[in-house]
Amino acid sequence: MASYSTNEFRGGLKVLLDGDPCIILENEFVKPGKGQAFNRVKLRNLMTNRQWERTFKSGESLEAADVIDQDMEYLYNDGEFWYFMKTDGSFEQFPADEKAVGDTVKWLKEQDVYTVTLYNGAPLIVTPPNFVELEVVETDPGMKGDTAQGGSKPATLSTGAVVNVPLFITIGEVLKVDTRSGEYVGRVKN
Amino acid sequence: MMASGRETAATGASWQPTASRQILKSRAQQLGWVRGFFAQRGVLEVETPVLGQCGVTDVNIDSIAASPMAVAGQHGGRGWLQSSPEYHMKRLLAAGSGSIYQVSQVFRDGERGRRHNPEFSLLEWYRPGFDDQQLMAEVAELVCGWLDLPQPHRIGYRQLLRDHAGIDPFEASITDLRKACRPLVGDGDLLESLDRDGCLNLLMSFRVEPALGFDRPVFVTRYPASQAALARVSREDGHAVAHRFELYVRGIELCNGYWELTDPQEQRRRFHDDNARRRGLGKTEMPVDERFLAALESGLPDCAGVALGLDRLLMLKCGADEISEVLAFPAERS
Repeated sequence: MASYSTNEFRGGLKVLLDGDPCIILENEFVKPGKGQAFNRVKLRNLMTNRQWERTFKSGESLEAADVIDQDMEYLYNDGEFWYFMKTDGSFEQFPADEKAVGDTVKWLKEQDVYTVTLYNGAPLIVTPPNFVELEVVETDPGMKGDTAQGGSKPATLSTGAVVNVPLFITIGEVLKVDTRSGEYVGRVKN
Repeated sequence: MMASGRETAATGASWQPTASRQILKSRAQQLGWVRGFFAQRGVLEVETPVLGQCGVTDVNIDSIAASPMAVAGQHGGRGWLQSSPEYHMKRLLAAGSGSIYQVSQVFRDGERGRRHNPEFSLLEWYRPGFDDQQLMAEVAELVCGWLDLPQPHRIGYRQLLRDHAGIDPFEASITDLRKACRPLVGDGDLLESLDRDGCLNLLMSFRVEPALGFDRPVFVTRYPASQAALARVSREDGHAVAHRFELYVRGIELCNGYWELTDPQEQRRRFHDDNARRRGLGKTEMPVDERFLAALESGLPDCAGVALGLDRLLMLKCGADEISEVLAFPAERS
């Protein structure tokens, strides 16, 4: 596997630190007067999601982590794993465990495409697109005339996610939701 | 490889300068200020080679090799982009130039960061007959005049490390020094590999520097002798203290000055020590500049000298956070 020297460190680069894959967030080069140069590096450990700050001697190297992001279609869940398939026509499938799927589980809709981060060929993180479109399966009855008045109510979507929606939303409607904030964006008109 | 948030070399859009026109104008004005300052004081402007036959032996500065073709009567081959015009300027001093200054582009391999670009603009000047105290007063006039700041404080290195890092740089054991560094580097190989000066540099960079020079500029003085390649050393409270100073303004290190070493034997010994350390670190050994040593042999007048980063001075003038804001084209766009 390749390795990267501190000079090559930049945001987004994936490296191995203490045996865990990490993504570099920031890299600051510091060199006092006539002294030795250091790199102060902020990283996020992709296994634990914890942020680290480490200082390296400039010129030191870290091994590259075999981490790649791939678009994959969600297929189904067998009770233990969530199965994803490459969209490149190879039909190659990857089982993602509960840890990899994490909170994304509430946005998973069959046949939609997600970003699957593979570490040494196995799913490490599943990330939903920024916006998903999901059907409302449960909410209090819509009330006509409340449009201008504002106010909101909870609605359960087909994947199990619960979002706050305006009062006029009814069961069966398809909504656009921002997965980063979990907020309702709008109705999808057919 | 995944594209980062920043531009990559492959993008076609990065031909434009990173400095605004307003800042380019300030840069030109700054150069005018500097030249006016020295003209008033009768200091002669000089130009010396940017590409020299020798680089520096300094363990922490890597010169960039540039190898010109052999010309008549010369062996061609290895040349070095200068990391400072120091040796050439000292040869002028030894030849009787009197007070001199130079504005030049200098090169330091691998140095790129918020305050570093591998090629940068350096103002270097030498004052025969001055000691470090007198030269500090002149630096203060130049910098505080241009930035419109109050006169700097002068604080000893020892006091700063005691105040900000809780250690005595002269008395602390290597164990205590490493203990103070542990929160910064963790328990790995790096901690074990740090020697006294390594620890002190780390603490200076991360504990002291970020807090320096916010009320008013600060001169750091009386460095440990081990941290001053070309400065005179005297004894103070039983410790070897270098006649070296640095000026900090708003957390930015602006310049480095010495009451200069004029002893050629001592200078040669330090070159060889440097090269021995370079060997130990697996770095290229640098040719010893015999012409420079010959000039010292013939006699360098007693003088003080200082090198000041003009790009950083401009950053302070313009309130820039990144050196690229004051450079027309930083390394990645050069």
